[in-house]
Amino acid sequence: MNKLVIENLSRVFPGVRGGEPTRALEPTSLAVAENDFVTILGPSGCGKSTLLRLVAGLDTPTAGRILLDGRPVTGPGADRGMVFQSYTLFPWLTIADNIAFGLRERGVAPAERDKAVEEWLGRIGLKGFERHYPKQLSGGMQQRTAIARALANDPAILLLDEPFGALDNQTRALMQELLLGIWERTHKTILFVTHDIEEAIFLASRVLVMSARPGRIKADVAVDLPHPRHYTVKTSPEFSALKARLTEEIRAEAVLAAAEH
Amino acid sequence: MTPLAPVSNSARVLLGISFFVLFIALWALATLGGFVSKTFLADPLTMLADGWSLLTQHGFLTDIGVTIWRVVGGFVLAALVAVPLGILMGTFKPIEALLEPFVSFARYLPASAFIPLLILWAGIGEMQKLLVIFIGSVFQIILMVAVTVGSVRRDLVEAAVTLGARNRGIVLRVLIPSSAPAVAEILRLVLGWAWTYVIVAELIGSSSGIGHMIIDSQALLATGQMIFGIIVIGVIGLISDFLFKAANRRLFPWSLA
Repeated sequence: MNKLVIENLSRVFPGVRGGEPTRALEPTSLAVAENDFVTILGPSGCGKSTLLRLVAGLDTPTAGRILLDGRPVTGPGADRGMVFQSYTLFPWLTIADNIAFGLRERGVAPAERDKAVEEWLGRIGLKGFERHYPKQLSGGMQQRTAIARALANDPAILLLDEPFGALDNQTRALMQELLLGIWERTHKTILFVTHDIEEAIFLASRVLVMSARPGRIKADVAVDLPHPRHYTVKTSPEFSALKARLTEEIRAEAVLAAAEH
Repeated sequence: MTPLAPVSNSARVLLGISFFVLFIALWALATLGGFVSKTFLADPLTMLADGWSLLTQHGFLTDIGVTIWRVVGGFVLAALVAVPLGILMGTFKPIEALLEPFVSFARYLPASAFIPLLILWAGIGEMQKLLVIFIGSVFQIILMVAVTVGSVRRDLVEAAVTLGARNRGIVLRVLIPSSAPAVAEILRLVLGWAWTYVIVAELIGSSSGIGHMIIDSQALLATGQMIFGIIVIGVIGLISDFLFKAANRRLFPWSLA
């Protein structure tokens, strides 16, 4: 069953000072199945973040529509959790209060909030940090909290916009394993934007490759690597084959994108 | 000295105090050394003696109390009006479009120039003093709070809406807490300005307060008393600054590195 359906969705940003309008996203159609982990892979400036922001309701499409569980998306809402590339934990709240933020906004009872916080602190390995403020934590810990904050709200779909983009390679790899572990347990429907080919394959059951501006989906690749996935899968022949294929796909786009700038 | 390199706490205190010492030493040298006439500038010792007699014989403590009351009263009134308005302006752009041009204009109206008018309207009583400080502070606070609230990180607001926050939640639980330390800093700054307004208000048509004592002393050429009055204002300012900073540290531990 399809969780998320995108129909002829496009976004054109008006030109600045009489300049050419920017076609960030060409009319795009897409269906994401329930429990699927879909990564959107593309060079920077290809409109993949625009697509995600449209799904989140943080931006309004020029044309087309988005259906979540059959209902049209008209604005942001708690049913679509989002994790951003920048660190967006609320600096004035402790880690525990950050995780509980969405629950509080939705009027969930304190006892239930505390239970959810407790549970998520354990899942992201941050027990003992509940009373810390975000700036006392490393970037990786902050992004783990951001994931917990989004998931504690139990959204219908989780959207991640290059959440590990600012992290170092080692931390990034650990974060991928953590997120994949969470997905393998919960099977939450996930849309994950990245420009990292390895990350896209390792996490996904399906990789969508986006073309350089104007953005559109140019390839839809199923990833049939078995679960639970261990990090060593990254060195397997199947992984390498996928990586080679996606590298070709993305390279052509990167070259195009580079020529444009 | 290396650019931007931090300085240890003890060195900071020592350096801060040493400049006060240097300043007083130069003042003592100029006056006690006979380089400046006593008529124009009292020496530090005379100043202290004059100050002592002011406090013990002329009820200067009452003047100090009255002035503090005026500053705090006018300032609190201004803050009560200005902070909510500033938050509204920073949050809702139509409100900002409505009020910002007028507030920007009103901000440049010198509070001291209102004194004759205010005397006409409110007499020479307490209300007039409070109004001078109110007018001097309110527009500044509105504008600065609006800018602070308006520049809250957009991605924090976006994160909040994807977590289900609505307008009320965004204002109460994102915009206000996020800008609270900066708003406290604005209040600290404007309180400092309020002190200059109160003295001006007391120089004209007043029968009490530090400013009134200073203008009285002028008639007697009592420069020692005048300087004592000015220094008292400085010391009170320093104390209120210190209290504000300490309160901010307690209230907003998250905003400190």
